[in-house]
Amino acid sequence: MANVIKLSKGLDINLKGKAAAEVIAAKPSKVYGLVPDAFYGVKPKVVVKEGDTVKAGDALFVDKLHPEVKFASPVSGKVTLVERGERRKVLSIQVEADASQQYADFGTGVPADGKAVVETLLASGLFGYLMQRPYAVTACPEDTPKGIFVSAFSDMPLAADFEFVVKGQEADFQTGIDALSKVAKVYLGVKPGSALEGTKNAEVTVFKGKCPAGNVGVQINHISPVNKGETVWTLGAEEVIFVGRLFNTGKVDLTRLYAVAGSEVKAPKYVKALVGAKIGDLTDAVGVNTEKTVRVIDGNPLTGMKSSADSFVGAHTTEVTVIPEGADTHELFGWISPRLNEFSVSRSYFSWLLPKKEYTLDARVKGGHRHMIFSGEYDSVFPMDIYPEQLAKAIIAGDIDRMEALGIYEVAPEDFAVAEFVDSSKVELQRIVREGLDMLRKENA
Amino acid sequence: MTFIKNMLDKMKPTFSEGGKLSAFGSLFDAAETFFFVPSETAKVRGAQIHDAIDSKRSIFFVVIALIPAILFGMWNIGYQHDLAVGCTEDCGWFCQFLYGLAVMLPKIVVAYAVGLGIEIAIAQWKKEEVHEGFFVTGMLIPLIVPVNCPLWIIAVATAFAVIFAKEVFGGTGMNIFNPALVTRAFLFFAYPAMMSGDKVWVNAEYMDCINGTVDGYSQATPLGQLAAGEPVGYSAMDTIIGTIPGSIGETSFIAIMIGAVILIWAGVASWKIMLSTFAGGALMAYLLRYGDAEALNFEWWEQLTVGGFAFGAVFMATDPVTGCRVEAGKWIYGFLIGVMAIIIRVLNPGFPEGMMLAILLMNVFAPLIDYCFVQANINKRAKRAQIK
Repeated sequence: MANVIKLSKGLDINLKGKAAAEVIAAKPSKVYGLVPDAFYGVKPKVVVKEGDTVKAGDALFVDKLHPEVKFASPVSGKVTLVERGERRKVLSIQVEADASQQYADFGTGVPADGKAVVETLLASGLFGYLMQRPYAVTACPEDTPKGIFVSAFSDMPLAADFEFVVKGQEADFQTGIDALSKVAKVYLGVKPGSALEGTKNAEVTVFKGKCPAGNVGVQINHISPVNKGETVWTLGAEEVIFVGRLFNTGKVDLTRLYAVAGSEVKAPKYVKALVGAKIGDLTDAVGVNTEKTVRVIDGNPLTGMKSSADSFVGAHTTEVTVIPEGADTHELFGWISPRLNEFSVSRSYFSWLLPKKEYTLDARVKGGHRHMIFSGEYDSVFPMDIYPEQLAKAIIAGDIDRMEALGIYEVAPEDFAVAEFVDSSKVELQRIVREGLDMLRKENA
Repeated sequence: MTFIKNMLDKMKPTFSEGGKLSAFGSLFDAAETFFFVPSETAKVRGAQIHDAIDSKRSIFFVVIALIPAILFGMWNIGYQHDLAVGCTEDCGWFCQFLYGLAVMLPKIVVAYAVGLGIEIAIAQWKKEEVHEGFFVTGMLIPLIVPVNCPLWIIAVATAFAVIFAKEVFGGTGMNIFNPALVTRAFLFFAYPAMMSGDKVWVNAEYMDCINGTVDGYSQATPLGQLAAGEPVGYSAMDTIIGTIPGSIGETSFIAIMIGAVILIWAGVASWKIMLSTFAGGALMAYLLRYGDAEALNFEWWEQLTVGGFAFGAVFMATDPVTGCRVEAGKWIYGFLIGVMAIIIRVLNPGFPEGMMLAILLMNVFAPLIDYCFVQANINKRAKRAQIK
């Protein structure tokens, strides 16, 4: 029987347009693009030239500081463009897909030795999917992690349901966990009643609670918090499947099920596509309302990033969501009117009376930016043994010692997403935490 | 709605940077956000959706919670006046309310005009939006002064508090002391004759119903009577309903409790602070009884219903900015306010009322309480790192 941890703090945001349990395949994109920004903390060095031909699994770019960390092409084909922005920053590396896909072969079977596993992951370009705490950046192969944490569920609004995604891929998932367990102890966080509770070679913990209980950072904090000088690695549950496929078939197959969801999606469901596909190809598969201006988000509405149909879906993305932009909505006397269609934790609105109602929320900030006025707002949705407000203030003040003391090594920006949502002072907490992490990483480099 | 929107859109360029009236840009912003929810959308990164609650709504709910106390205070001004003149029969409750309204309204207007004027000017200078915090402060100030407090004194004290208790620290959210209480403390020490004694509680500004104007009426508050060692001339029911002389908003325990329910329901103020303040006050009031309850006509628990105790506990101690910010610390913070308020009342002969000083004192100690809890978390983390 797996260990059960109950979390009392948090907030589930019930949005309209959840993906139905149904899969369709996206029309294959003509061009796939790998976006280095999606691998946070990596300084990309492009190793292909325009016109080169690559196989699926061949490196497109490597990390300048750790060239052994490669980032694999999702498809085989011809490199058509290395897109650069200001100061020659690499924005994306685009590959035109061949009609029939060629895969680089990395051999099958899980090696008995952890080092060999890491080497295969490095060679195949899958190592770059591992993230690390502290700093919430792409993992570094020189570190020895005290554990590898995988959260097998996300309770973010409109997030893909991994229990559904993993159906039919359980063997790959188990192989992935087996492989990772050679490298370090694997901790798997699942939701109550999960089919994955019986996963072998991992310490399984059931997390009962509201969002963000599915955040791997919250789970680490309750299982084995990161101390100064320690490193843990984290891997997305679907990326564990990538690893499993690699060791089962020898191929890098970056096919995923994306939940394409949101109030402005006509028929929200799961879309099968490759990492690096055009977001437009994913949304076309389910249809998007065109009556109003919409915001397409690469990710879920709490931690995702504003994107567009022309962009490529990010490497760690598990869902693409579409919500109204809302810039043309003008609500009169918002400070007093009942606003029945709005969701709020505050009982000055009526959403607390309708816990089952699904809301259509737009991208407006819905208030002026203030200093932190009301206390306890973050705390009520932050299920970690950390004082979120004090930590954010230490970051704003640039006080590195205090950030360390207050536990910045244990957090990622996403852990503050719900707090950012409920904040009546509209402080950009995720940006602040990211800046703090970057500051500390630079300081400790 | 479209009409207001069009009008605001038309006016916007004049008030924007480079426009003719750009010096009043903050005022325009304030008006615009008063009418419409800002249509600013989330940035590229970070939360893409936000809760509908904002500081404006939260703060206006405090003003709403004050309404029962305001209305009762207005009526009580008229009632106390008629009581002193001896003509409660001639004039109905509505007439008494109108009397109070006429007395009260100028005070509210002066507090708002002076405070908001300064806030808008400073916001303009700092190129920031006007923060809503003063909407509460401006309403609290007239409620915590005696009815005979002259308007110019309210103006001076408000200006002092807004500038030296709030804006020098960086505005709403950054102040150490509750600005409304600083206003009162300023008045208390700078113009003591206007703030205490027995001449300040009954208004005689307007013609009374029989004799025309008179110079003033003497009427002591329960706490004034207790401080003088006299028996209290009001029943417990009087102090709970609030038909007693006192600062305008503080007399009715019932009206304040209605406000407390609104605040707790809307989740704007901390019920932990309110409850623990009353608990601390009750404990101390029991321990420090004045002596013979019967002779003084004053039971120990009436300490909580007279003077500014309830008003302070509900509306001032719960100020999130100047209070404790750590949840567990709120219990200690409130408890000590209650304890200190009664200690000052009973043991210090110079101050018949102790709530204001107790809250200001605990405002100073709130960061220390927070520090203890945060430091415990820090120590735990440091210890954990060493064991490994």
